[in-house]
Parts: sequence; structure tokens; C-alpha cells
Amino acid sequence: MTPARTTAHAHAPQRTAAHPRTAHANASHPEEIQLYAKREAIYQKEVQGPFQRLRAVTLFVLAGVFLVTPWLTWGGRQAVWFDVPARKFHLFGLTFWPQDFIFLSWLLIIAAFSLFFFTALAGRLWCGYGCPQTIWTKCFMWIEWLTEGDRNQRMRLDRGPWTRQKLRRKAAKHAGWLALACVVGTTFVGYFLPIRELLPRIAGLQLDAGEWVFLAIASLALYADAGWMREQICTYACPYARFQGAMFDQSTLTIFYDGGRGEPRGHRAKSFDHRAKGLGDCIDCGLCLHVCPTGIDIRDGTQYECIGCAACIDVCDQVMTDMGYAKGLVRYATEDGLAGRGTHILRPRLVGYAAVLTVMITLFTIALWRRVPLAVDVLRDRARLYRETRDGAIENVYTLKIMNKDQRAHAFSIAVEPADAFVLDGPQAVQVAAGAIADVPVRVRRMPAPDQAPTVPVAFSVQSTDAPALAVREESRFLAPRRPAA
Amino acid sequence: MTAGWSWYVIILTLGAILACVLLLVWARTTRAGEPGPNETLGGDFDGIDELNTPLPRWWLGLFVGSIVFALGYLVLYPGLGRFPGLLGWTSSGQHARAVEEAQRTYGPIYARYAAMPIDELASDPAAVAIGQRLFANNCSTCHGSDARGGVGYPNLADGIWKWGGTPDHIEKSILDGRDGLMPPFAAAVGEENIPAVVAYVQSLSGRQVAPALAAAGEAKFKTVCVACHGMDGKGNIALGAPDLTDDDWLYGGSAEAIGEGLRKGRHGIMPAHRDLLGVERAHLIAAYVYSLSKQDGAQTAQQVSSATPAR
Repeated sequence: MTPARTTAHAHAPQRTAAHPRTAHANASHPEEIQLYAKREAIYQKEVQGPFQRLRAVTLFVLAGVFLVTPWLTWGGRQAVWFDVPARKFHLFGLTFWPQDFIFLSWLLIIAAFSLFFFTALAGRLWCGYGCPQTIWTKCFMWIEWLTEGDRNQRMRLDRGPWTRQKLRRKAAKHAGWLALACVVGTTFVGYFLPIRELLPRIAGLQLDAGEWVFLAIASLALYADAGWMREQICTYACPYARFQGAMFDQSTLTIFYDGGRGEPRGHRAKSFDHRAKGLGDCIDCGLCLHVCPTGIDIRDGTQYECIGCAACIDVCDQVMTDMGYAKGLVRYATEDGLAGRGTHILRPRLVGYAAVLTVMITLFTIALWRRVPLAVDVLRDRARLYRETRDGAIENVYTLKIMNKDQRAHAFSIAVEPADAFVLDGPQAVQVAAGAIADVPVRVRRMPAPDQAPTVPVAFSVQSTDAPALAVREESRFLAPRRPAA
Repeated sequence: MTAGWSWYVIILTLGAILACVLLLVWARTTRAGEPGPNETLGGDFDGIDELNTPLPRWWLGLFVGSIVFALGYLVLYPGLGRFPGLLGWTSSGQHARAVEEAQRTYGPIYARYAAMPIDELASDPAAVAIGQRLFANNCSTCHGSDARGGVGYPNLADGIWKWGGTPDHIEKSILDGRDGLMPPFAAAVGEENIPAVVAYVQSLSGRQVAPALAAAGEAKFKTVCVACHGMDGKGNIALGAPDLTDDDWLYGGSAEAIGEGLRKGRHGIMPAHRDLLGVERAHLIAAYVYSLSKQDGAQTAQQVSSATPAR
């Protein structure tokens, strides 16, 4: 019932006392100790700055790639199309079948190691700059800002009574959210159902029940997530938020408040010589709290809620500039650096992650390059182990399943190995359409030999006659009676 | 399910749900002496504190929603012992609906082929491809994936037919089955005459036998065997009596195999598939089988594989 809140900092427990949200909650219900916490609303203040511009760039690039990709075509069909009913996953010139699952595993391992690498290097870069959760939440916040105004206006609106204007603003916000959610949800579905056919079918209300449900879930999930849940997903539901702390160390670049420089904090006039009065650089303006999308105070130290969006850096740098102080009271820093110890970015852990990552990417690329889009399954007839022909030869029957995973039709020749021991009776050439499976029954014969084992290996090699690189060899067994017939 | 088991399931299911509710109520507040919200639970884990963090209320909503869903499910669907649920859902009913839906989808395809004669279907690659897949699923266990049979199971691709090889004969064999019975003749022929009759039978197919022995068997053959196999030994497709002159042997052509058949008889049954497959599917299988005997096997297989659709 009580998920652990872990923090790498010994002083973290004290932060609850200074935490405005918790302090407020305790003050309003002093007698009742509730273990089901009411969610505190977060009103994020808009902020500009270099890091926010970088985030805007990654947002436009990633969201753009996501939205545009389904519209690309390749060889007469959608370039990126995950055709689940047909179990075919098209990626430009490549078509993956369920048998190619190993490539997905490799890709996930690569993704995991790059997550380890970048987390060890600079914390939650993924969360701050790449995660779809962050990106769509940002877009939804922008709609919120357009319809309900800035932080103070939104707070006033929520506190105030339900007026016609409030109703209009709220309705506009949710309409905007739903519209964006429908666009993104439809695009997502468009990766699975070809989008150029999907849109006319939606317009004509021609989807079947399952497709409507898929579309509704994809759209409403985003609406609920980026509109309502936001930081709650990052804080309570995302597994990465929980384990990323284990990949940090003293040399990880993280967003830090430089307490040594900032404390003791306090309000002061710009003209005021704060050093003379024993004050630090933090003017306690609270802007870093107001811009935080997860509602934490960065001055309490590293916290697992921090998604590394660097909004507090941008806003604090503005304040420092206004005050005429040096920038970087809140900045990307390392624990060692803040403590005055030397920082070693190139440390064994990081080098190790990088090495594994490089090896995995190299192997993945080579494997992908060498992938043969042809697979053959050999199914031995099992009801009858062998058959004796009229001239005394022993015959086994196999069904070859020739799977042409290429995007073009090919003709394939079939040969049996070893060729001096076996005779193949079956089609010499088989034409298989692109992405089709041919079931080819073949017979393999050999004359019984006195010293022959009852079961010997046999192999089939299937090669395309028009593209010799398309070749696969599959082994099976050839069964014969223990004692050859007289 | 007996009433006892039914109540056992009902009490266990509802008890488990009730226990979940009680757990949620119990965990609502802290008790005296326990750490309060966001206080440390004690213990030092390498400088890391574990705090008594309150569960978000919306997460509690997920638990409540799951409980409501479970109760709703148990009201609508079978789950509480023998209570069938208000919707009356059954797995056999769902299967029947799925079959119905498949019939709606594939029925027109089969209906179109059912209206075409078999010899026409046998040269239609798409029809033959469907027939081949139906054959692989329903017939290949006995007749082999290549339809070339084996001991006791006829080769369907060699143009030799015990019960006739016209499209109508083949379709009837599939729909209504065949009961091929060679009675035991040990008593009627007499053990001492069997080697001679076997030799005569082998000579009909041109096998090398002792001429005197074969001649000795001819008289017996012409009194006993001709009733079914005919004076010339060419068999009778109305009875399923095989042609003995084509050197094709369902149970083997050695003297031992033929002698055993003569002594003890043979009984081969092709089961009726009218109710198992339905007339329309049997029609397509008949077309595939007919195409095998009509064309070179390799050529057929090549046509079939190029016609296999993407799924």
C-alpha cells in the first residue's frame, strides 16, 4: 500500500517539512492521518530559455517524425506498417516476420543499454527531451496555456466559481485536448492499419467494432495521460523513474541547486549587498517551484520525481541575470563537482556501457545486413515413417514450407544433400509470391544399404534461381527400416 | 458441478473480493505507533530511507474500479459456481457464432466452387490451392502429404483407382467412404493351394514365377477369386476389387503379402467425410485429388505454390 520513496540524499527526509505541497496538505487535515493522498494540482509557469528551446526542437523533430512516418510510401505500400493480422512488420525495404523476433530483442537490448549509458552520463535525458509522455504533455500544456491563460490566470480560474466564461475556457481546453488526442491516436493506429485507407474509413464510419475500440483507446489514453495524469505517470507508474537512481553515481551530470552558493536564501533588493549581510545567491523567489512540471523544489536536492526538464535552470538563470549575479545557481553539475572534488566523466562504468552499446549496435547492423529474407521449415510426414517403393528403395515424405520474406516474388530450386546418397522427387523449381508461403510436398529416396543406420541426417537446400544470395539450408532426418528389406 | 462445489467456488470468489475491500479499508490510515505519511519506515539501506509514502488517491480508484469490474463481470458472465450470468454467454455459443461468421465470409467462395464441375476446378489454380490445404489438414495423415499413400492406404496420384477414378467416383469416395473387404479364404482355397494361387496372381502382373505353380493355381483362382476380381483379374470398381494385373499392390506385392491377404483377408475403410467436411469442401478436395492423377505432380505443386495467397 505504501510504495517506497527512495532518494540518494541523506537530507531528503527533511524536505517534506519544507515542501509546500505536503505542508499545505498537513495543515488542512491536521487531525486525520490519510494514507490515500489527494493529488495536489500543479500549475506550471511558462518559461523560456536555451534548454526549453532545445526541448522545443526535440519535440518538433520527434513528434513530426511520429506524425509523418505513416504517410510515407515504399514500393506501393505504407513504408512503416505493422500488419499484425498478417504477422508482417514492414520497415521500408525490410519485412520482418514473427521468426525475426530476435531482431526486436536486440533492438530492445540496444535501447536498454543506451538508456543506461545516457542515464549514467547525464541523468534523465530521455525523460526531459525524448519521452513521448513529456512531449505530448508539453503540447497539452500549450493548449491549456492558449485556452486558460498563464499560471496565475489558471489558478484564479480553478478557484473561482463556475461562470459562463470559465465554462467556455474549460470547454475550449478539453476540445483542444481531444482534437490533438484524436490526431495522435489516429496516427498511432495508422501504424497498424494503413492510414491512407483508415482516414476515409473513419470518415465513412466503416470501421468494425474492434477497430473503433482500438482508435478510442489510443486517443482517450493520450487524452487522459497528457491532459490529466501527467506527472502522476512519471512519479508513480513509470518503472524507469524507479530504477534510474541505481544508474546514477557521483559523476553523473544532473540538475543540481548549488546550495553552497545559494544558501542562506532570502529576499533582498537588487541593490542590496547580500554577501555583506551573510546571504547566499538564492533570492527565494520560488520561480523554480512554479516552473516545475512535477511540483518539486529542486533546492531540496536530487529527487526521483525530477524528470530533468531543466525548466528551473532556465528560469533561475533569468533571475540571476536580472539580479546581476552569475548564472548557474541551478545547473547541470555532478555531485563530485559540487563537493569540490574532481569529476571524471570518462569513468569505467560509462566506458563499459559505451563499449557494450557499440558492440551491440555493430552486431545488430551486421546481422541485419546479412539477414536472408527466406525461411524454410521441413516437416516430415509422421503418420508413416517410411515407404518402400516397388523397386525396393526407401522413401520418406517431407513438406517444405518455403517462406519468401522478400518484397519480390522469387523462383526457388530445391536440392537434397548429400546429393550422392539421396534422390529428390518433387518440383525442381517453385515460384513463390512476395510474402507468401509455399507448401511443397517432396519425396526423398535412397536404396537400402546393409550398414545403414535406421536414421540418418538429410538436408534440403533451397536457393532462389533469380537471386542466388537467397539461400537456406535446413536439416531433417531420413528414416529407414532397421533391417533393410530382403 | 455439484451444489457443494458451486458454493465452494462462490464463497471463495466473493470472499477474495471482500478481502480486497477490507484490505483497502484497513490500509486507509496509520495506527498508533506507526510512522506517519512521508515518515521513515526505519532501517538504513546504504544511506537510503524508505518512507511511508501515501498511495495516490487515483491509484486507489484503480483498485476500486477493479473490484467493481470483477463484480460486474460475475453478474454478467459465468464465474460464480453454477450461476450462468445474465448475458447467458457460453464458450460453445461463442464457437457457434464464430463458425457462423466464418460461414458468412467463406460460404460464398465455397458456394461458387461447389457450382463448378470437378474437372473444371482441377485446372483452376486457386481452387486447387484450397483443395491442397484441405487435403493437408484432413487427408494427409493416411494418404501422405504427397497423396502417394503407403501400405494399406491407396496412392491417389498414380492414376490407379480401386473404386473408379472419374470425378464422380472420387467425390463419392470422399463423401460416403468406402469399405474395401477381401474375405479370408484360407478354408475355401485350402492351405495347400495357396502358394499356387499366389503364384498365379503374381503372374497376372507379369512377375517372374514358376510357370507350373502358376498354372496349378489358375483353376482355383477361376472358381473362387473371379467372383470379384473378374475372369481376367482386372477387378471391379463397383466392389472395390483391385486390378491384379497392374503390379500395383495396396498391401505389398511379395508372395508373403499376397498369401497373407488370401489367407486372412484384408479390410480397408475409407471413412465417410460428408458430415466431417461438408459437401462443398469435399468437392474441392475431390478436385485436388483429381488434378493429381490428371497432371504431372511436380507441375501441379508448382502451380499451387505460386497461387498461395499472402496469408
